[in-house]
Amino acid sequence: MDKNFLNDFPILRSRMNGHPIAYLDNSATTQKPESVVRSICGYYGGCNANPHRGVYELSVKATKIYEEARRKVADFLNATPQEIIFTKNATESLNLVAYSYGLTNLRGGDEILITIAEHHSNLVPWQRVAKATGAKLNYIYLAADGNLSADDIANKLTQRTKILAVTQISNVLGLVNDIKALAARAHEVGAVIVVDGAQSVPHIPVDVRDLDADFLAFSGHKMLSPMGIGVLYGKRELLEAMPPFLSGGDMIEYVEEQATTYAELPQKFEAGTQNVGGAAGLSAAIDYLRGVGFDTIERIEGDLTTFAVAELKRLPYVELYGCDAPNKIGIVSFNVRDVHPHDVATILDAEGVAIRAGHHCAQPLIKYLGQNATCRASFYFYNTRRDVERLIEAIQKVRGIMHLA
Amino acid sequence: MLENIYTELIAEHSQSRDNRRHLEHATISERGHNPSCGDEITLELEVSGGVIKDAAFNGTGCAISQASTDMMIELMRGKTVDEARRLAELFIKMIQGEVTDDADLDDLDEAAALKNISTMPARVKCATLAWHTLDTAIKILSK
Repeated sequence: MDKNFLNDFPILRSRMNGHPIAYLDNSATTQKPESVVRSICGYYGGCNANPHRGVYELSVKATKIYEEARRKVADFLNATPQEIIFTKNATESLNLVAYSYGLTNLRGGDEILITIAEHHSNLVPWQRVAKATGAKLNYIYLAADGNLSADDIANKLTQRTKILAVTQISNVLGLVNDIKALAARAHEVGAVIVVDGAQSVPHIPVDVRDLDADFLAFSGHKMLSPMGIGVLYGKRELLEAMPPFLSGGDMIEYVEEQATTYAELPQKFEAGTQNVGGAAGLSAAIDYLRGVGFDTIERIEGDLTTFAVAELKRLPYVELYGCDAPNKIGIVSFNVRDVHPHDVATILDAEGVAIRAGHHCAQPLIKYLGQNATCRASFYFYNTRRDVERLIEAIQKVRGIMHLA
Repeated sequence: MLENIYTELIAEHSQSRDNRRHLEHATISERGHNPSCGDEITLELEVSGGVIKDAAFNGTGCAISQASTDMMIELMRGKTVDEARRLAELFIKMIQGEVTDDADLDDLDEAAALKNISTMPARVKCATLAWHTLDTAIKILSK
């Protein structure tokens, strides 16, 4: 029997439109356990000062908390602290790579390869880099089961490819890509691999050394932490060779009137006062996740996903996307026939069930699937089978309310 | 609550095909889009002598956005451009909760049925998409 996680997440005991909340929008953001909230309060209540600058004890304390969080993230990913850059979210991390690595290293005739399943944050920056450098942006499309087309990988990952940017888990389909194999293929042709870990790091163990990822980005808020703290992992030799992204305070060594030398890693990429409270929260979140254990997290989410897909398949008016492949976890996208996802989400909201409706910041993928929008239910370890049952019960009311039954 | 939103009237208008067509002699064609949700319409107006002779649309979106567009088109047909603009402003004020008196909303005819959307902040953009698009189209025409 699993621990009753609800005791750690008071918000999950709250009500929405008169019903207990069934929070199934975890791919958008997760709820925060009390230990994380306490760590943020503890930082601001007792340890707040500007890190790295002050010589006084309080500032030293703040610095210690911030750098301890970095060590914890490094350990969590099997990296070194110098390779961990704090950002505000995965979007900023991916922009850092695009601008600092992409703009510096790409030339006309080079190619950037991404997948059609990318979130806009791992797509729009590469469009901009392609425009600015004259590089070509190519796409890996999907096989019938929703997984990446093996033919496209074989044909489009070539000597001209300089960057392969790919999500580890699609935020729409929930399909897990084999990053280790893709990294090996990318390295064979001399490309670097940029991994969007926003949907994977919170849910499965991620070892950047084992994957041999060159860059990996994720957001804290999708893994129990506050909003506004994110991470970029980069291989040390790559980060060292890259120019700064943002510049200003705290990222410098010497500043003269006409020239500046930059600080060592990781400070080189952390301009301005950083989100120390957020880092404290992320540190507490990692402690919490380790306490639960990824074995447990994967087992619970796997069970909920299988259960939800099986129940949805029994409803003849529900269409599912990417639900026939085994390498799937935590995310179920679907449509109710003849009803727009926004109307579905409004009706579910009235029943206390929170899901996302729309294009999920993946417009090219939704278009590729032949849809304008989808409904998405996404799980975390604190969800229960009862949450899934409530989702199904609410969906069964949709067509009646829309005068279609 | 939901019964006040997803009424039979809204269902009928959202499913109606009558006003979904292309106007051969359109004076203006204007695209409206809610990037956050993907609702999308193309509104076409045929205007002559300051009067909207005909209006039609194509688009995809939720029941609220599609019903709202359909009702707007029926309301606007035969109205002067100035009157159309006044009605669009009135509708947007209704949805924003600034005009609440039913007597003041009579001029909106069936579109007044969307009044309850003012209590659903997440759906306001769906209801007002067509009316903002109309307002933009008229502004372009008046230039």
